Amino acid sequence: MPRLSMIQWTGLLVFLIAVFVLVPAYIAASGRTDFYYTLTSVALLSIASAGVWLTFYIGRINIGQGAFALIGAYVSAILVTKAGISFWLSLPLAGLFAALVSVLIGVPILRLRGVYFAMITLVLTQVVTLTALALPVTNGAKGITSIPLPGEISVFGLTVIPDFAGLENPRLAFYYTSCALMVLTFAAMYRLVNSRLGHLCRSMQQNEELASSIGVNIAYIRVIVFAISSFLGGIGGAMFGSIAQSVYPSSFQVTDSVNFMLNCFLGGLGYVFGPMLGTLVLYFGWDLLFELGRYQLLVYSGLLIILMLFLPNGLLSLRIRGKGVAGR
Amino acid sequence: MSNLLEVRHVTRKFGGLTANNNISFSVNENEILSVIGPNGAGKSTLFKMISSFLPTSSGEVLYRGERISNLKPHTVARMGVVRTFQETTIFKSMTVRESIVVAQHLRAKASLAGYFWGTKSAREDVESFGRYADDLIDFLGISAIRNELASNLPQGNLRALGLAIGLATDPKVLLLDEPFAGMNHDETMRMVQLVRKVRDDRGVTVLLVEHDMPAVMSISDRIIVLNFGEMIAEGTPTEIQNNQKVIEAYLGSADDEIGI
Repeated sequence: MPRLSMIQWTGLLVFLIAVFVLVPAYIAASGRTDFYYTLTSVALLSIASAGVWLTFYIGRINIGQGAFALIGAYVSAILVTKAGISFWLSLPLAGLFAALVSVLIGVPILRLRGVYFAMITLVLTQVVTLTALALPVTNGAKGITSIPLPGEISVFGLTVIPDFAGLENPRLAFYYTSCALMVLTFAAMYRLVNSRLGHLCRSMQQNEELASSIGVNIAYIRVIVFAISSFLGGIGGAMFGSIAQSVYPSSFQVTDSVNFMLNCFLGGLGYVFGPMLGTLVLYFGWDLLFELGRYQLLVYSGLLIILMLFLPNGLLSLRIRGKGVAGR
Repeated sequence: MSNLLEVRHVTRKFGGLTANNNISFSVNENEILSVIGPNGAGKSTLFKMISSFLPTSSGEVLYRGERISNLKPHTVARMGVVRTFQETTIFKSMTVRESIVVAQHLRAKASLAGYFWGTKSAREDVESFGRYADDLIDFLGISAIRNELASNLPQGNLRALGLAIGLATDPKVLLLDEPFAGMNHDETMRMVQLVRKVRDDRGVTVLLVEHDMPAVMSISDRIIVLNFGEMIAEGTPTEIQNNQKVIEAYLGSADDEIGI
Protein backbone atom coordinates (compact mmCIF):
# COMPACT_ATOMS: atom_id res chain seq x y z
CA MET A 1 0.00 0.00 0.00
CA PRO A 2 1.49 3.34 -0.97
CA ARG A 3 1.87 5.97 1.69
CA LEU A 4 1.71 9.59 0.69
CA SER A 5 4.99 11.45 0.92
CA MET A 6 5.41 14.83 2.63
CA ILE A 7 5.30 16.60 -0.73
CA GLN A 8 2.11 14.82 -1.68
CA TRP A 9 0.45 15.71 1.63
CA THR A 10 1.47 19.34 1.17
CA GLY A 11 0.16 19.34 -2.38
CA LEU A 12 -3.14 17.90 -1.24
CA LEU A 13 -3.45 20.48 1.53
CA VAL A 14 -2.70 23.37 -0.82
CA PHE A 15 -5.22 22.02 -3.29
CA LEU A 16 -7.95 21.68 -0.66
CA ILE A 17 -7.31 25.18 0.70
CA ALA A 18 -7.36 26.62 -2.80
CA VAL A 19 -10.62 24.89 -3.72
CA PHE A 20 -12.54 25.39 -0.50
CA VAL A 21 -11.15 28.69 0.83
CA LEU A 22 -9.22 30.72 -1.73
CA VAL A 23 -11.55 30.35 -4.70
CA PRO A 24 -14.72 31.32 -2.76
CA ALA A 25 -12.79 34.19 -1.18
CA TYR A 26 -11.61 35.39 -4.59
CA ILE A 27 -15.10 35.16 -6.04
CA ALA A 28 -16.57 37.04 -3.09
CA ALA A 29 -13.92 39.75 -3.44
CA SER A 30 -14.18 40.14 -7.21
CA GLY A 31 -17.91 39.62 -7.48
CA ARG A 32 -17.47 37.19 -10.38
CA THR A 33 -20.20 34.85 -9.18
CA ASP A 34 -20.45 33.30 -12.64
CA PHE A 35 -17.25 31.48 -11.75
CA TYR A 36 -19.22 29.35 -9.33
CA TYR A 37 -21.20 27.83 -12.15
CA THR A 38 -18.09 27.34 -14.30
CA LEU A 39 -16.06 25.71 -11.56
CA THR A 40 -18.96 23.58 -10.37
CA SER A 41 -19.33 22.32 -13.93
CA VAL A 42 -15.62 21.58 -14.11
CA ALA A 43 -15.81 19.60 -10.87
CA LEU A 44 -18.78 17.54 -12.04
CA LEU A 45 -17.46 16.99 -15.55
CA SER A 46 -14.17 15.83 -14.08
CA ILE A 47 -16.02 13.23 -11.99
CA ALA A 48 -17.62 11.80 -15.13
CA SER A 49 -14.28 12.05 -16.94
CA ALA A 50 -12.61 10.12 -14.13
CA GLY A 51 -14.92 7.25 -15.01
CA VAL A 52 -13.92 7.41 -18.65
CA TRP A 53 -10.30 7.50 -17.59
CA LEU A 54 -10.78 4.26 -15.68
CA THR A 55 -12.08 2.49 -18.80
CA PHE A 56 -9.00 3.77 -20.61
CA TYR A 57 -7.01 2.14 -17.85
CA ILE A 58 -8.21 -1.30 -18.97
CA GLY A 59 -7.47 -0.40 -22.57
CA ARG A 60 -10.97 0.52 -23.73
CA ILE A 61 -11.87 3.77 -25.48
CA ASN A 62 -15.15 4.88 -23.92
CA ILE A 63 -17.11 7.51 -25.84
CA GLY A 64 -20.38 6.73 -24.08
CA GLN A 65 -20.14 8.47 -20.73
CA GLY A 66 -22.82 10.99 -21.77
CA ALA A 67 -25.30 8.10 -21.84
CA PHE A 68 -24.64 7.25 -18.22
CA ALA A 69 -24.65 10.89 -17.15
CA LEU A 70 -28.04 11.25 -18.80
CA ILE A 71 -29.31 8.09 -17.13
CA GLY A 72 -28.10 9.39 -13.75
CA ALA A 73 -29.72 12.78 -14.30
CA TYR A 74 -33.06 11.20 -15.21
CA VAL A 75 -33.04 8.65 -12.39
CA SER A 76 -32.37 11.31 -9.79
CA ALA A 77 -34.92 13.71 -11.31
CA ILE A 78 -37.61 11.03 -11.46
CA LEU A 79 -36.92 9.83 -7.93
CA VAL A 80 -37.06 13.36 -6.55
CA THR A 81 -40.07 14.65 -8.51
CA LYS A 82 -42.21 11.51 -8.79
CA ALA A 83 -41.25 9.38 -5.80
CA GLY A 84 -40.56 12.38 -3.61
CA ILE A 85 -37.40 10.95 -2.07
CA SER A 86 -34.51 13.12 -0.92
CA PHE A 87 -32.00 14.21 -3.53
CA TRP A 88 -29.20 12.98 -1.34
CA LEU A 89 -30.58 9.46 -1.48
CA SER A 90 -31.34 9.71 -5.19
CA LEU A 91 -27.71 10.65 -5.91
CA PRO A 92 -26.15 7.27 -5.04
CA LEU A 93 -29.19 5.49 -6.50
CA ALA A 94 -28.66 7.34 -9.78
CA GLY A 95 -25.05 6.16 -9.80
CA LEU A 96 -26.05 2.59 -8.96
CA PHE A 97 -28.72 2.52 -11.66
CA ALA A 98 -26.23 3.78 -14.24
CA ALA A 99 -23.80 1.09 -13.06
CA LEU A 100 -26.49 -1.58 -13.37
CA VAL A 101 -27.29 -0.52 -16.93
CA SER A 102 -23.60 -0.51 -17.76
CA VAL A 103 -23.26 -4.10 -16.53
CA LEU A 104 -26.10 -5.21 -18.82
CA ILE A 105 -24.54 -3.38 -21.76
CA GLY A 106 -20.98 -4.17 -20.79
CA VAL A 107 -21.25 -7.96 -20.60
CA PRO A 108 -21.77 -8.34 -24.34
CA ILE A 109 -19.73 -5.37 -25.63
CA LEU A 110 -16.68 -5.35 -23.35
CA ARG A 111 -15.15 -8.28 -25.17
CA LEU A 112 -14.70 -5.97 -28.15
CA ARG A 113 -11.46 -4.07 -28.36
CA GLY A 114 -10.13 -0.88 -29.84
CA VAL A 115 -12.23 0.91 -32.39
CA TYR A 116 -15.08 -1.63 -32.21
CA PHE A 117 -15.76 -0.95 -28.56
CA ALA A 118 -15.37 2.78 -29.16
CA MET A 119 -17.91 2.76 -31.98
CA ILE A 120 -20.54 0.98 -29.92
CA THR A 121 -20.08 3.33 -26.96
CA LEU A 122 -20.37 6.25 -29.37
CA VAL A 123 -23.88 5.07 -30.22
CA LEU A 124 -24.92 4.66 -26.57
CA THR A 125 -25.48 8.35 -25.90
CA GLN A 126 -27.81 8.60 -28.85
CA VAL A 127 -29.65 5.46 -27.75
CA VAL A 128 -30.28 6.87 -24.29
CA THR A 129 -31.39 10.21 -25.74
CA LEU A 130 -33.89 8.45 -28.00
CA THR A 131 -35.08 6.27 -25.14
CA ALA A 132 -35.65 9.37 -23.02
CA LEU A 133 -37.68 10.87 -25.86
CA ALA A 134 -39.80 7.76 -26.16
CA LEU A 135 -40.52 6.74 -22.57
CA PRO A 136 -43.52 8.19 -20.72
CA VAL A 137 -41.67 8.32 -17.39
CA THR A 138 -39.03 10.71 -18.79
CA ASN A 139 -41.71 13.00 -20.23
CA GLY A 140 -40.34 12.99 -23.78
CA ALA A 141 -38.91 16.13 -25.33
CA LYS A 142 -40.45 18.32 -22.62
CA GLY A 143 -38.09 16.70 -20.13
CA ILE A 144 -38.41 17.00 -16.39
CA THR A 145 -38.46 20.55 -15.09
CA SER A 146 -38.79 22.41 -11.80
CA ILE A 147 -36.85 19.78 -9.89
CA PRO A 148 -36.74 20.95 -6.27
CA LEU A 149 -33.34 21.89 -4.87
CA PRO A 150 -31.65 19.38 -2.55
CA GLY A 151 -33.30 19.26 0.85
CA GLU A 152 -31.91 19.20 4.34
CA ILE A 153 -30.05 16.30 5.92
CA SER A 154 -30.08 16.18 9.67
CA VAL A 155 -28.77 13.59 12.07
CA PHE A 156 -30.47 13.56 15.49
CA GLY A 157 -31.94 17.01 14.83
CA LEU A 158 -28.53 18.41 13.95
CA THR A 159 -28.39 19.89 10.45
CA VAL A 160 -25.55 18.32 8.49
CA ILE A 161 -26.52 19.76 5.11
CA PRO A 162 -28.98 22.67 5.07
CA ASP A 163 -31.96 22.90 2.73
CA PHE A 164 -30.50 24.43 -0.47
CA ALA A 165 -33.75 26.26 -1.21
CA GLY A 166 -33.47 28.19 2.05
CA LEU A 167 -29.90 29.28 1.38
CA GLU A 168 -28.96 32.77 0.44
CA ASN A 169 -26.49 31.46 -2.12
CA PRO A 170 -27.31 27.95 -3.37
CA ARG A 171 -24.62 28.31 -6.02
CA LEU A 172 -21.96 28.34 -3.33
CA ALA A 173 -23.55 25.26 -1.76
CA PHE A 174 -23.49 23.45 -5.10
CA TYR A 175 -19.90 24.51 -5.57
CA TYR A 176 -18.90 23.05 -2.22
CA THR A 177 -20.88 19.86 -2.78
CA SER A 178 -19.46 19.29 -6.24
CA CYS A 179 -15.90 19.96 -5.13
CA ALA A 180 -16.33 17.64 -2.16
CA LEU A 181 -17.61 14.92 -4.50
CA MET A 182 -14.72 15.56 -6.85
CA VAL A 183 -12.16 15.27 -4.06
CA LEU A 184 -13.83 12.09 -2.86
CA THR A 185 -13.89 10.64 -6.38
CA PHE A 186 -10.25 11.33 -7.06
CA ALA A 187 -9.16 10.11 -3.64
CA ALA A 188 -11.01 6.85 -4.34
CA MET A 189 -9.52 6.66 -7.82
CA TYR A 190 -6.01 7.21 -6.50
CA ARG A 191 -6.57 4.48 -3.97
CA LEU A 192 -8.08 2.14 -6.51
CA VAL A 193 -5.30 2.58 -9.04
CA ASN A 194 -2.73 1.85 -6.37
CA SER A 195 -4.56 -1.17 -5.02
CA ARG A 196 -4.67 -4.62 -6.56
CA LEU A 197 -7.60 -3.81 -8.85
CA GLY A 198 -5.50 -1.03 -10.35
CA HIS A 199 -2.55 -3.37 -10.87
CA LEU A 200 -4.80 -5.93 -12.53
CA CYS A 201 -6.25 -3.19 -14.76
CA ARG A 202 -2.74 -2.24 -15.82
CA SER A 203 -1.89 -5.85 -16.55
CA MET A 204 -5.02 -6.11 -18.72
CA GLN A 205 -4.28 -2.84 -20.48
CA GLN A 206 -0.85 -4.11 -21.39
CA ASN A 207 -1.68 -7.66 -22.32
CA GLU A 208 -5.04 -9.32 -21.84
CA GLU A 209 -3.80 -12.76 -22.89
CA LEU A 210 -0.99 -12.76 -20.39
CA ALA A 211 -3.33 -11.42 -17.71
CA SER A 212 -5.75 -14.29 -18.23
CA SER A 213 -2.87 -16.77 -18.22
CA ILE A 214 -1.94 -15.67 -14.70
CA GLY A 215 -5.49 -16.34 -13.59
CA VAL A 216 -7.11 -12.92 -13.92
CA ASN A 217 -10.78 -13.21 -14.77
CA ILE A 218 -10.53 -10.47 -17.35
CA ALA A 219 -14.21 -10.49 -18.31
CA TYR A 220 -15.19 -9.91 -14.66
CA ILE A 221 -12.69 -7.12 -14.05
CA ARG A 222 -13.76 -5.38 -17.26
CA VAL A 223 -17.38 -5.37 -16.14
CA ILE A 224 -16.49 -4.13 -12.65
CA VAL A 225 -14.40 -1.30 -14.06
CA PHE A 226 -17.08 -0.31 -16.57
CA ALA A 227 -19.65 -0.30 -13.75
CA ILE A 228 -17.48 1.97 -11.58
CA SER A 229 -16.95 4.21 -14.58
CA SER A 230 -20.67 4.48 -15.26
CA PHE A 231 -21.42 4.99 -11.58
CA LEU A 232 -19.27 8.11 -11.70
CA GLY A 233 -21.04 9.20 -14.89
CA GLY A 234 -24.40 8.75 -13.17
CA ILE A 235 -23.32 10.77 -10.14
CA GLY A 236 -22.03 13.61 -12.29
CA GLY A 237 -25.21 13.64 -14.35
CA ALA A 238 -27.49 13.61 -11.32
CA MET A 239 -25.68 16.60 -9.80
CA PHE A 240 -26.00 18.52 -13.07
CA GLY A 241 -29.71 17.82 -13.20
CA SER A 242 -30.11 19.08 -9.68
CA ILE A 243 -28.19 22.30 -10.35
CA ALA A 244 -30.08 23.04 -13.57
CA GLN A 245 -33.29 21.89 -11.83
CA SER A 246 -34.22 20.29 -15.13
CA VAL A 247 -33.30 17.36 -17.37
CA TYR A 248 -33.93 17.12 -21.09
CA PRO A 249 -33.05 14.36 -23.57
CA SER A 250 -30.47 16.80 -24.92
CA SER A 251 -28.89 17.51 -21.50
CA PHE A 252 -26.01 15.21 -22.44
CA GLN A 253 -25.18 14.64 -26.08
CA VAL A 254 -22.61 12.80 -28.11
CA THR A 255 -20.43 15.92 -27.98
CA ASP A 256 -20.38 15.67 -24.19
CA SER A 257 -19.32 12.04 -24.43
CA VAL A 258 -16.51 13.02 -26.77
CA ASN A 259 -15.50 15.82 -24.41
CA PHE A 260 -15.30 13.43 -21.45
CA MET A 261 -12.87 11.37 -23.50
CA LEU A 262 -10.89 14.42 -24.62
CA ASN A 263 -10.57 15.57 -21.00
CA CYS A 264 -8.79 12.31 -20.24
CA PHE A 265 -6.55 12.52 -23.31
CA LEU A 266 -5.61 16.10 -22.62
CA GLY A 267 -4.84 15.57 -18.94
CA GLY A 268 -2.94 12.36 -19.53
CA LEU A 269 -4.09 8.76 -19.65
CA GLY A 270 -1.27 7.66 -17.39
CA TYR A 271 -2.18 9.94 -14.50
CA VAL A 272 -5.08 9.60 -12.10
CA PHE A 273 -5.46 13.35 -11.85
CA GLY A 274 -5.26 13.77 -15.62
CA PRO A 275 -9.03 14.01 -16.16
CA MET A 276 -9.31 16.77 -13.52
CA LEU A 277 -6.68 18.96 -15.14
CA GLY A 278 -7.92 18.08 -18.62
CA THR A 279 -11.47 19.14 -17.78
CA LEU A 280 -10.31 22.40 -16.25
CA VAL A 281 -8.14 23.32 -19.21
CA LEU A 282 -10.65 22.24 -21.85
CA TYR A 283 -13.54 24.05 -20.18
CA PHE A 284 -11.65 27.29 -19.58
CA GLY A 285 -9.85 27.02 -22.90
CA TRP A 286 -13.18 27.07 -24.70
CA ASP A 287 -14.39 30.06 -22.68
CA LEU A 288 -11.17 32.00 -23.20
CA LEU A 289 -11.50 31.63 -26.96
CA PHE A 290 -15.00 33.09 -26.88
CA GLU A 291 -13.70 36.43 -28.18
CA LEU A 292 -12.75 34.80 -31.46
CA GLY A 293 -16.40 34.48 -32.39
CA ARG A 294 -16.93 32.19 -35.33
CA TYR A 295 -13.30 31.09 -35.35
CA GLN A 296 -13.65 29.75 -31.80
CA LEU A 297 -14.15 26.12 -32.77
CA LEU A 298 -11.48 26.24 -35.45
CA VAL A 299 -8.77 27.61 -33.17
CA TYR A 300 -9.89 25.39 -30.31
CA SER A 301 -9.69 22.18 -32.33
CA GLY A 302 -6.42 23.28 -33.90
CA LEU A 303 -4.91 23.81 -30.46
CA LEU A 304 -6.18 20.42 -29.32
CA ILE A 305 -4.55 18.69 -32.26
CA ILE A 306 -1.26 20.46 -31.61
CA LEU A 307 -1.39 19.56 -27.92
CA MET A 308 -2.00 15.91 -28.69
CA LEU A 309 0.80 15.86 -31.24
CA PHE A 310 3.38 17.36 -28.93
CA LEU A 311 2.14 15.99 -25.62
CA PRO A 312 0.78 12.53 -26.46
CA ASN A 313 0.90 11.61 -22.79
CA GLY A 314 -1.14 14.59 -21.71
CA LEU A 315 -0.49 17.85 -19.91
CA LEU A 316 0.63 16.16 -16.71
CA SER A 317 3.56 14.59 -18.54
CA LEU A 318 5.09 18.08 -18.65
CA ARG A 319 5.34 18.41 -14.91
CA ILE A 320 6.32 14.91 -14.01
CA ARG A 321 8.69 14.16 -16.83
CA GLY A 322 11.66 12.29 -15.45
CA LYS A 323 10.31 12.24 -11.91
CA GLY A 324 8.54 8.93 -12.13
CA VAL A 325 4.84 8.72 -12.70
CA ALA A 326 2.21 10.36 -10.56
CA GLY A 327 -0.51 8.21 -9.19
CA ARG A 328 1.38 4.99 -9.67
CA MET B 1 4.53 -41.99 -11.28
CA SER B 2 1.00 -41.05 -12.06
CA ASN B 3 -0.76 -39.37 -14.91
CA LEU B 4 -1.03 -35.72 -14.03
CA LEU B 5 -2.27 -34.47 -17.35
CA GLU B 6 -4.02 -36.47 -19.98
CA VAL B 7 -4.71 -35.42 -23.55
CA ARG B 8 -7.49 -37.59 -24.95
CA HIS B 9 -8.32 -37.81 -28.64
CA VAL B 10 -7.97 -34.08 -29.08
CA THR B 11 -8.84 -32.73 -32.52
CA ARG B 12 -8.90 -29.15 -33.69
CA LYS B 13 -10.16 -28.01 -37.06
CA PHE B 14 -9.91 -24.54 -38.53
CA GLY B 15 -12.44 -24.61 -41.35
CA GLY B 16 -11.25 -27.35 -43.66
CA LEU B 17 -7.81 -27.52 -42.08
CA THR B 18 -7.14 -30.06 -39.36
CA ALA B 19 -4.49 -28.56 -37.10
CA ASN B 20 -4.55 -31.42 -34.61
CA ASN B 21 -5.97 -34.82 -35.39
CA ASN B 22 -6.89 -37.24 -32.63
CA ILE B 23 -3.91 -36.54 -30.36
CA SER B 24 -3.61 -38.61 -27.20
CA PHE B 25 -0.82 -38.74 -24.66
CA SER B 26 -0.31 -38.30 -20.97
CA VAL B 27 2.11 -36.33 -18.85
CA ASN B 28 3.56 -37.84 -15.69
CA GLU B 29 4.02 -35.93 -12.51
CA ASN B 30 7.40 -34.21 -12.29
CA GLU B 31 8.55 -34.92 -15.79
CA ILE B 32 9.75 -32.66 -18.57
CA LEU B 33 7.89 -33.51 -21.73
CA SER B 34 8.60 -31.79 -25.02
CA VAL B 35 6.33 -31.46 -28.00
CA ILE B 36 8.33 -31.07 -31.20
CA GLY B 37 7.58 -31.03 -34.89
CA PRO B 38 8.28 -29.05 -38.05
CA ASN B 39 6.66 -25.64 -38.58
CA GLY B 40 2.90 -25.90 -38.91
CA ALA B 41 2.76 -29.29 -37.21
CA GLY B 42 0.15 -28.03 -34.77
CA LYS B 43 2.25 -27.66 -31.63
CA SER B 44 1.02 -24.20 -30.70
CA THR B 45 -2.59 -25.17 -31.34
CA LEU B 46 -2.21 -28.13 -29.02
CA PHE B 47 -0.74 -25.87 -26.35
CA LYS B 48 -3.57 -23.41 -26.66
CA MET B 49 -6.12 -26.17 -26.22
CA ILE B 50 -4.41 -27.54 -23.12
CA SER B 51 -4.48 -24.07 -21.53
CA SER B 52 -8.04 -23.41 -22.80
CA PHE B 53 -6.95 -20.46 -24.92
CA LEU B 54 -8.66 -22.34 -27.76
CA PRO B 55 -11.59 -24.73 -27.53
CA THR B 56 -11.11 -28.24 -28.91
CA SER B 57 -13.20 -29.41 -31.86
CA SER B 58 -13.46 -32.77 -30.17
CA GLY B 59 -11.67 -34.67 -27.44
CA GLU B 60 -10.68 -33.38 -24.02
CA VAL B 61 -7.77 -32.61 -21.74
CA LEU B 62 -7.83 -33.84 -18.15
CA TYR B 63 -5.82 -32.59 -15.21
CA ARG B 64 -5.92 -34.94 -12.24
CA GLY B 65 -9.01 -36.48 -13.78
CA GLU B 66 -10.81 -33.13 -14.22
CA ARG B 67 -11.52 -31.68 -17.61
CA ILE B 68 -9.56 -28.48 -18.28
CA SER B 69 -10.23 -28.05 -21.97
CA ASN B 70 -12.97 -25.76 -23.30
CA LEU B 71 -12.94 -23.65 -20.14
CA LYS B 72 -11.62 -20.12 -19.63
CA PRO B 73 -7.83 -19.61 -19.43
CA HIS B 74 -8.04 -18.07 -15.96
CA THR B 75 -10.00 -21.07 -14.66
CA VAL B 76 -7.34 -23.45 -15.90
CA ALA B 77 -4.63 -21.24 -14.38
CA ARG B 78 -6.51 -21.36 -11.09
CA MET B 79 -6.41 -25.16 -11.22
CA GLY B 80 -2.62 -25.05 -11.56
CA VAL B 81 -2.00 -25.39 -15.30
CA VAL B 82 -0.28 -22.22 -16.49
CA ARG B 83 1.20 -21.36 -19.87
CA THR B 84 3.94 -18.92 -20.76
CA PHE B 85 4.21 -17.08 -24.05
CA GLN B 86 6.87 -16.18 -26.51
CA GLU B 87 8.88 -13.11 -25.61
CA THR B 88 6.65 -10.37 -27.00
CA THR B 89 3.83 -11.21 -24.61
CA ILE B 90 4.82 -9.30 -21.48
CA PHE B 91 3.59 -6.40 -19.38
CA LYS B 92 5.63 -3.83 -21.29
CA SER B 93 5.49 -0.89 -18.93
CA MET B 94 5.95 -2.80 -15.70
CA THR B 95 9.28 -3.60 -14.12
CA VAL B 96 10.36 -7.19 -13.64
CA ARG B 97 9.45 -7.08 -9.97
CA GLU B 98 6.09 -5.42 -10.62
CA SER B 99 5.23 -8.08 -13.18
CA ILE B 100 6.03 -10.83 -10.71
CA VAL B 101 4.00 -9.14 -7.99
CA VAL B 102 0.97 -8.79 -10.26
CA ALA B 103 1.32 -12.38 -11.42
CA GLN B 104 0.75 -13.55 -7.86
CA HIS B 105 -2.87 -12.61 -8.27
CA LEU B 106 -3.94 -16.21 -7.70
CA ARG B 107 -2.29 -16.34 -4.30
CA ALA B 108 -4.25 -13.37 -2.98
CA LYS B 109 -6.30 -14.07 0.12
CA ALA B 110 -7.97 -10.69 0.49
CA SER B 111 -10.73 -9.51 -1.85
CA LEU B 112 -10.37 -6.65 -4.31
CA ALA B 113 -12.40 -4.45 -1.97
CA GLY B 114 -10.12 -5.52 0.87
CA TYR B 115 -7.18 -4.08 -1.05
CA PHE B 116 -9.06 -0.85 -1.66
CA TRP B 117 -9.72 -0.33 2.04
CA GLY B 118 -6.34 -1.72 3.04
CA THR B 119 -7.52 -4.47 5.37
CA LYS B 120 -5.08 -6.48 7.42
CA SER B 121 -5.14 -9.51 5.14
CA ALA B 122 -4.58 -7.27 2.12
CA ARG B 123 -1.54 -5.71 3.76
CA GLU B 124 -0.23 -9.17 4.59
CA ASP B 125 -0.79 -10.25 0.99
CA VAL B 126 1.12 -7.26 -0.33
CA GLU B 127 4.00 -8.02 2.01
CA SER B 128 4.09 -11.69 1.12
CA PHE B 129 3.89 -10.88 -2.61
CA GLY B 130 6.92 -8.67 -2.24
CA ARG B 131 8.86 -11.30 -0.33
CA TYR B 132 7.90 -14.02 -2.78
CA ALA B 133 8.84 -11.83 -5.75
CA ASP B 134 12.28 -11.27 -4.23
CA ASP B 135 12.66 -15.01 -3.58
CA LEU B 136 11.70 -15.82 -7.13
CA ILE B 137 14.07 -13.21 -8.52
CA ASP B 138 16.91 -14.78 -6.53
CA PHE B 139 15.85 -18.29 -7.51
CA LEU B 140 15.96 -17.41 -11.19
CA GLY B 141 19.15 -15.40 -10.79
CA ILE B 142 17.72 -12.24 -12.35
CA SER B 143 18.33 -9.76 -9.53
CA ALA B 144 20.33 -7.57 -11.92
CA ILE B 145 17.19 -6.73 -13.89
CA ARG B 146 14.82 -6.53 -10.92
CA ASN B 147 13.82 -2.90 -11.50
CA GLU B 148 14.16 -2.78 -15.27
CA LEU B 149 11.11 -2.01 -17.36
CA ALA B 150 10.11 -5.09 -19.29
CA SER B 151 10.13 -3.15 -22.56
CA ASN B 152 13.84 -2.41 -22.06
CA LEU B 153 14.93 -6.02 -21.62
CA PRO B 154 16.90 -7.99 -24.21
CA GLN B 155 15.41 -11.19 -25.58
CA GLY B 156 17.19 -13.60 -23.29
CA ASN B 157 15.95 -11.80 -20.20
CA LEU B 158 12.42 -11.63 -21.55
CA ARG B 159 12.30 -15.42 -21.54
CA ALA B 160 13.41 -15.45 -17.94
CA LEU B 161 10.75 -12.85 -17.16
CA GLY B 162 8.10 -14.96 -18.90
CA LEU B 163 9.19 -17.94 -16.83
CA ALA B 164 9.12 -15.82 -13.67
CA ILE B 165 5.59 -14.59 -14.40
CA GLY B 166 4.46 -18.17 -14.97
CA LEU B 167 6.13 -19.39 -11.79
CA ALA B 168 4.68 -16.57 -9.72
CA THR B 169 1.26 -18.13 -10.14
CA ASP B 170 2.55 -21.19 -8.27
CA PRO B 171 1.67 -23.67 -11.03
CA LYS B 172 1.65 -27.45 -10.85
CA VAL B 173 2.08 -27.76 -14.61
CA LEU B 174 3.92 -25.16 -16.62
CA LEU B 175 3.52 -24.98 -20.38
CA LEU B 176 6.53 -23.27 -21.94
CA ASP B 177 6.12 -21.90 -25.44
CA GLU B 178 9.49 -22.07 -27.25
CA PRO B 179 11.61 -21.09 -24.26
CA PHE B 180 14.88 -21.40 -26.21
CA ALA B 181 13.92 -19.73 -29.50
CA GLY B 182 16.40 -17.17 -30.75
CA MET B 183 18.96 -17.90 -28.03
CA ASN B 184 22.64 -18.62 -28.60
CA HIS B 185 24.23 -21.78 -27.24
CA ASP B 186 25.23 -20.35 -23.85
CA GLU B 187 21.86 -18.73 -23.24
CA THR B 188 20.12 -21.93 -24.20
CA MET B 189 22.21 -23.99 -21.79
CA ARG B 190 21.51 -21.52 -18.99
CA MET B 191 17.78 -21.73 -19.73
CA VAL B 192 17.93 -25.52 -19.81
CA GLN B 193 19.50 -25.47 -16.36
CA LEU B 194 16.84 -23.08 -15.16
CA VAL B 195 13.94 -25.19 -16.42
CA ARG B 196 15.48 -28.28 -14.77
CA LYS B 197 15.86 -26.37 -11.56
CA VAL B 198 12.20 -25.33 -11.72
CA ARG B 199 11.22 -28.97 -12.00
CA ASP B 200 13.69 -30.29 -9.39
CA ASP B 201 13.37 -27.61 -6.72
CA ARG B 202 9.75 -26.61 -7.14
CA GLY B 203 8.21 -29.88 -8.23
CA VAL B 204 6.68 -28.27 -11.32
CA THR B 205 5.80 -30.57 -14.19
CA VAL B 206 6.97 -29.01 -17.44
CA LEU B 207 5.49 -29.36 -20.88
CA LEU B 208 7.32 -27.48 -23.60
CA VAL B 209 7.07 -26.74 -27.28
CA GLU B 210 10.45 -26.21 -28.91
CA HIS B 211 12.41 -26.13 -32.16
CA ASP B 212 15.92 -26.28 -30.75
CA MET B 213 16.76 -30.00 -31.10
CA PRO B 214 19.93 -30.19 -29.00
CA ALA B 215 18.16 -28.41 -26.15
CA VAL B 216 15.12 -30.64 -26.42
CA MET B 217 17.24 -33.78 -26.45
CA SER B 218 19.19 -32.71 -23.39
CA ILE B 219 16.27 -31.49 -21.29
CA SER B 220 13.39 -33.88 -22.02
CA ASP B 221 12.41 -37.03 -20.19
CA ARG B 222 10.07 -37.85 -23.01
CA ILE B 223 9.23 -36.33 -26.37
CA ILE B 224 6.04 -36.19 -28.44
CA VAL B 225 6.46 -35.59 -32.18
CA LEU B 226 3.75 -33.96 -34.30
CA ASN B 227 3.71 -33.71 -38.07
CA PHE B 228 0.90 -32.15 -40.09
CA GLY B 229 -1.36 -32.32 -37.07
CA GLU B 230 -0.78 -36.01 -36.46
CA MET B 231 1.13 -37.45 -33.55
CA ILE B 232 3.77 -39.63 -35.20
CA ALA B 233 5.96 -40.69 -32.29
CA GLU B 234 6.36 -40.71 -28.54
CA GLY B 235 9.36 -41.81 -26.53
CA THR B 236 12.63 -40.99 -24.82
CA PRO B 237 15.09 -38.72 -26.61
CA THR B 238 17.15 -41.72 -27.77
CA GLU B 239 14.09 -43.50 -29.10
CA ILE B 240 12.97 -40.38 -30.95
CA GLN B 241 16.40 -39.82 -32.47
CA ASN B 242 16.29 -43.30 -33.98
CA ASN B 243 12.66 -43.25 -35.04
CA GLN B 244 12.39 -43.63 -38.79
CA LYS B 245 9.14 -41.67 -39.06
CA VAL B 246 10.62 -38.73 -37.19
CA ILE B 247 13.72 -38.66 -39.35
CA GLU B 248 11.52 -38.68 -42.44
CA ALA B 249 9.32 -35.90 -41.11
CA TYR B 250 12.30 -33.68 -40.44
CA LEU B 251 14.59 -34.55 -43.34
CA GLY B 252 12.09 -35.76 -45.90
CA SER B 253 11.98 -39.40 -47.00
CA ALA B 254 14.80 -40.95 -48.96
CA ASP B 255 14.18 -40.17 -52.55
CA ASP B 256 15.60 -42.65 -55.07
CA GLU B 257 15.16 -40.39 -58.05
CA ILE B 258 17.62 -37.79 -56.87
CA GLY B 259 19.79 -40.51 -55.41
CA ILE B 260 19.75 -39.70 -51.69
